Amino acid sequence: MDWLRLKWYFLAFSMIFSVAGLISMGAHMRSIGSPVPLGVDFKGGTQVQMQFDQTPDTNRIRQAMSAAGIRDASIQNIEKTVDQPNGNEVLISLPEQQDESSLDAGRQQIMDALQKHYDSTIGPSNVRNVQVVGPTVGKQLEKQALLATLYSMAGMLIYLWFRFQLIYGVAAVVACFHDTLITVGAFALLNKEISLTVIAAILTLVGYSMNDTIVVFDRIRENLRLSRRESLPDVVNRSINQTLSRTVLTSGLTFLTVLSLFIFGGQVLNGFSFALVVGILIGTYSSIAIAAPMLVAWQEWRTRRGKVTVLPAAKRPRG
Amino acid sequence: MKKNLNNKILLIVVVLAVCVYGIFGVPSGFTGKALMEAMTKRIHLGLDLRGGAHLILQVKVEEAVNAETDNTVALIKQELNTANVNYSQVYKPDPAKATLIKVEGVPADKASDARLMLESKYTNEYDVAGGDQTGSFTLTMKPLLVTALEKKTVSQAIEAIRDRVDALGISEPQIQEYGLGDYQVLVDLPGVENESQIESIIQGTNRLEIHAVVGGPYKDEQEAVASQGGSIPADVELKKFSGMMEGGSMAESVYVLQRASIVAGNDFRSADPGINSNTGQREVEFTLTNEAGDRFYDYTSKNVGRNMAVVMNDRVREVAVIKGAIRDRGEIEGAFTPEEVQALSKLLRTGALPASLQQLEKRFVGASLGTDSIRQGITAAIVGILVVMAFMLIYYRGSGINADLALILNLVILLGFMGAFGATLTLPGIAGVILTIGMGVDSNVLIFERIREEVRAGKVPASAVDQGFAHAWVTIVDTHVTTIVSAAILFIFGSGPVKGFATTLTVGLIANLFTAVFVSRVIFDAHLNKMKPGELVSI
Repeated sequence: MDWLRLKWYFLAFSMIFSVAGLISMGAHMRSIGSPVPLGVDFKGGTQVQMQFDQTPDTNRIRQAMSAAGIRDASIQNIEKTVDQPNGNEVLISLPEQQDESSLDAGRQQIMDALQKHYDSTIGPSNVRNVQVVGPTVGKQLEKQALLATLYSMAGMLIYLWFRFQLIYGVAAVVACFHDTLITVGAFALLNKEISLTVIAAILTLVGYSMNDTIVVFDRIRENLRLSRRESLPDVVNRSINQTLSRTVLTSGLTFLTVLSLFIFGGQVLNGFSFALVVGILIGTYSSIAIAAPMLVAWQEWRTRRGKVTVLPAAKRPRG
Repeated sequence: MKKNLNNKILLIVVVLAVCVYGIFGVPSGFTGKALMEAMTKRIHLGLDLRGGAHLILQVKVEEAVNAETDNTVALIKQELNTANVNYSQVYKPDPAKATLIKVEGVPADKASDARLMLESKYTNEYDVAGGDQTGSFTLTMKPLLVTALEKKTVSQAIEAIRDRVDALGISEPQIQEYGLGDYQVLVDLPGVENESQIESIIQGTNRLEIHAVVGGPYKDEQEAVASQGGSIPADVELKKFSGMMEGGSMAESVYVLQRASIVAGNDFRSADPGINSNTGQREVEFTLTNEAGDRFYDYTSKNVGRNMAVVMNDRVREVAVIKGAIRDRGEIEGAFTPEEVQALSKLLRTGALPASLQQLEKRFVGASLGTDSIRQGITAAIVGILVVMAFMLIYYRGSGINADLALILNLVILLGFMGAFGATLTLPGIAGVILTIGMGVDSNVLIFERIREEVRAGKVPASAVDQGFAHAWVTIVDTHVTTIVSAAILFIFGSGPVKGFATTLTVGLIANLFTAVFVSRVIFDAHLNKMKPGELVSI
């Protein structure tokens, strides 16, 4: 099957999703000031998860908050999950406090407001989860997440440069960028929050996408060594076809395990598993649709500029 | 060949045994309950699974430095007075620079005396400069000393927090320095039942001081400033007070206090509620350390009838009249309710902090959410494992058993490692286990697909297996290394739960290198040995 012939369809497909994601991110940027909804980890502020005995009335809760003088409280119902069918859970968030000394005041205020204006039986046992993040820490975490992502990509690039050739590394990193962009775009499109664990998931899928790309590259490298007479596009196509069964199987199996996590893993890991579900699909796709064609395109570009070289076999691997 | 194989099998069994020991230790029995108990002793559950509180506190070391220099200012004044040297003021000119003290207005003839005196007493801690015609000196605290003081403040704060946490009876708390030299403290309190329990630790984390009242109460800040002649001199400060006024109404007022405290923080040794024998009213009875007692005696004997204010967290909490000289044992009287007396005593006791603590971050996971998370994580893991195992059996037939065995061993090694090293399992950690399953089975898929290719090309089973492993090895190493690299970066940059994820993923993949390649190979070889000539590999 000639995969390379489909490259324009692939490009179109990728462009559509990337652009859709970017547009959504732009819209978010204008409305909330960040490209994607940010979790408490990065935004700072107070987030209290409360569980009630009966179905909570979000309107009344909102009224209770304003009656107590709490402004900018956001109330969110938590979706029922497969094994929590009677959730009755609500997420109450207060925006970031400029002044760290009033950090805990937010949570106390929420509790008081609920007790006074909603239901006097509310007590500490209704509290499932509390997250309070001051502005200092929020920025620290943001910086850490960004650094981690950059170092990760750089590390991959260097490793691939070392094991293959620079162009292989570049192609793989571009594929990873593409995957990250589309995954983050999916979060923007579906209005899902990005928290620290989601960043962890994104870094993992960077690793996974690399995995996938490397399997194809390894095969290309091996085939190039074996037959010096075939043209690069033919070699690439053959390599993809040869590794296809393995790719589909592994991605399929990993996808099934991650899907299990998404369905059964509960609400805490929801963002994390969603990122992985999208990431694994796109990561597999990108190895065939982005990374491999990039190699061929690079060579074509070099040939057209007069440097006639078939992409030489990469360095002999050790071991 | 056979002997080699037997050695290899022995190695695998040994590894298996070691890992099982890692998971369970030596269990008290072999019932399901005993095994679970043994396992939870070895593998620690993270806060997000056990429930508990996670705090990041900032130690305001500036306060300790400020207190130290304030103290020095007061001492210098005393010294100058004793030496009969005139001065116009001794103060800290820049509120932002706590380490700089200025002495002004020393007449020229006393300048050298003053300089000598300052140097002899303070040269260890301060750099003294100035004198001569200008009649002013500056003392700057030595940078090394500042850093030493800041570090000492942090360790004292950690001690104080530890005391309070112990008093709450929390098992396995974690209190340590955090971050890179920013004087932050991390406090992890597993098993804290409900969130209000944390409050007692947090609330008491305020520095307690007693200051002399220069003037007040004033209605508001303008009045207070006006009373001082229009601007606030450097050695006093304004503090707000909200409390009962005469007539029983709540009101806010402003006091003008001496900036240097009389006694503060860990000058207090103890504080308990008591009843005044004369008035029958509730009061707080406190004791000071000896050295602080001397200072307090000195001050109170000279200032009978004046007011002093108990300041906490930048607000005036109580104003009391000095009834007589107090050495190291005293009472704070007022119309206290029983709760107030208890609270104030507790505040005095636990206010023995060298500097205030400020909350930067707080996370609390209720125990119910923790158990839910465990259940959900394990369900997802089991479903994942079963699906993968079933698939491998169906698709690869006989060799599928091979892959499944390797998978189970992989998990055992992973858990064994975690138990042996006392690693912490978090919810993302469980996700890491699930991911290890998915990615780990990739190695087997790579090998098996290659073997199938070789078989299709007509190779004999032994050769096909050989070639399959040889070709797949390179790719397996490459893919594992890249994923481990990103997991390592996550471990370095991540917080607690994310670290747990990076750990399980990394250990799982390393274990996978062993199981997918070595163990699978051994199983194949053992099977090949038993095969009759002409029989095909079931794959």
